[in-house]
Amino acid sequence: MLTFGTGNKAVAMAVRDAKPVVVAAYPITPQTEIVEEIANFVTEGSLAARYIPVESEHSSMAACIGAAATGVRTFTATSSHGLVYMCEMMHMSAGARLPIVMANANRALGPGWNIGAEHSDSISMRDTGWLQVYVSTVQEAYDATLMAFRIAEHTDVLLPVMINLDGFLLTHITQTFETVEPGDFIPPIATPHAIDINNPGGYGTLTPGNTHFKFRHDIERGMQASIPVIVETEAEFSRRFGREYHLYEEYRCEDADVVIIAMGTLGKEMEVAVDILREEGTRAGAIRMRWFRPFITPELNGKDVVVIDRDYSFGYGGVLAGELQAKSGCQPFSVIAGLGGQEVTYDDIAEFVRIRRPGTEHWFGVDD
Amino acid sequence: MSAKLAISRPGEGAAGKTGTWRTFRPEIDLEKCNKCGLCRLYCPDAAISVDLVIDLDYCKGCGICAEECPKKALTMIREED
Repeated sequence: MLTFGTGNKAVAMAVRDAKPVVVAAYPITPQTEIVEEIANFVTEGSLAARYIPVESEHSSMAACIGAAATGVRTFTATSSHGLVYMCEMMHMSAGARLPIVMANANRALGPGWNIGAEHSDSISMRDTGWLQVYVSTVQEAYDATLMAFRIAEHTDVLLPVMINLDGFLLTHITQTFETVEPGDFIPPIATPHAIDINNPGGYGTLTPGNTHFKFRHDIERGMQASIPVIVETEAEFSRRFGREYHLYEEYRCEDADVVIIAMGTLGKEMEVAVDILREEGTRAGAIRMRWFRPFITPELNGKDVVVIDRDYSFGYGGVLAGELQAKSGCQPFSVIAGLGGQEVTYDDIAEFVRIRRPGTEHWFGVDD
Repeated sequence: MSAKLAISRPGEGAAGKTGTWRTFRPEIDLEKCNKCGLCRLYCPDAAISVDLVIDLDYCKGCGICAEECPKKALTMIREED
């Protein structure tokens, strides 16, 4: 059904269509509309879920963990300080191999206080064992949320999935989007290690030094196994519903001498910058990284690389630039831009390409 | 499927006969005991049966039963070396 709404509303409608049994949530700007909409769906009866309003984000993830451990489908949403508050439970949920799905409205961390878009919140959860996908349109927010359930619950994976959408830039803008009838696109959940009340046991119990590493290794095995599952899920989504997604999205890259790489809404904005640069005679292209975990190294083939990070690792550098450099061997021009909702236009992005100096770092607003 | 999560099922004596850890042994004075069963309920090792017989193979001698007994019918006695 063709409709229109915000990124938040699209996520909420995808959750309604994926039919989780338990939703536990705590409100936080700019995510609140997601859980408000879901609460509406539960109240009006279009989603037969138990909605648990909890006292904190640590509790919302804990409630999802408890519910998911019984083998049911669960969802929550958060942002920024809420996400880092649930950090302990982020490790717990991935470690317990529970296929929880969560939307995160990317927002800066304070102080200084700021509610604008930034990826520092989700990137600080990089090593928890959660899969992370970053979306760039309202339609993609809907589609990626539906696909997240199928990917997380796949028995080769059994890891939680976080859908990241830029605060305000996507959570609060309105676009047209199409909802679907998922049917059996998301098979019934079948968690193999779900609690069995007829065979009681202790879950997540002591693993001494001679066994603990086996469970850690299996998280990485699941992470690597998620790559073909993502590819297969995106292909099946395209077959059924017509919209095409890939591990990363390329724009005019075939003959490009220089590629711009970013995640989220900047990854869409830079397509306009590529068109501007092409008119000037610069053979530019763009690669929008969709999956940050698992990390998928794009084909760069010796091209110049400009990476825009809406995040920063203090004492190190832009995180995406650093990971791309480590995995591909490229020497990126690392641009730090868009922190705390700092406005970055397509003209600004085109300028990053014009002034690029491979292997150096450039803070937008500081170094220009 | 490879192991996803450490799950332990209940079993007797998975850590061996933990009674060997004991320094003090509980003894019941049946004259004072009123069979209330609090000692059994509080025992963290389920080492006291419904008939209030203490299983000394698994009792670690923690003394919680003696602490909780309202009739002071349980006494902790130092084990001989």
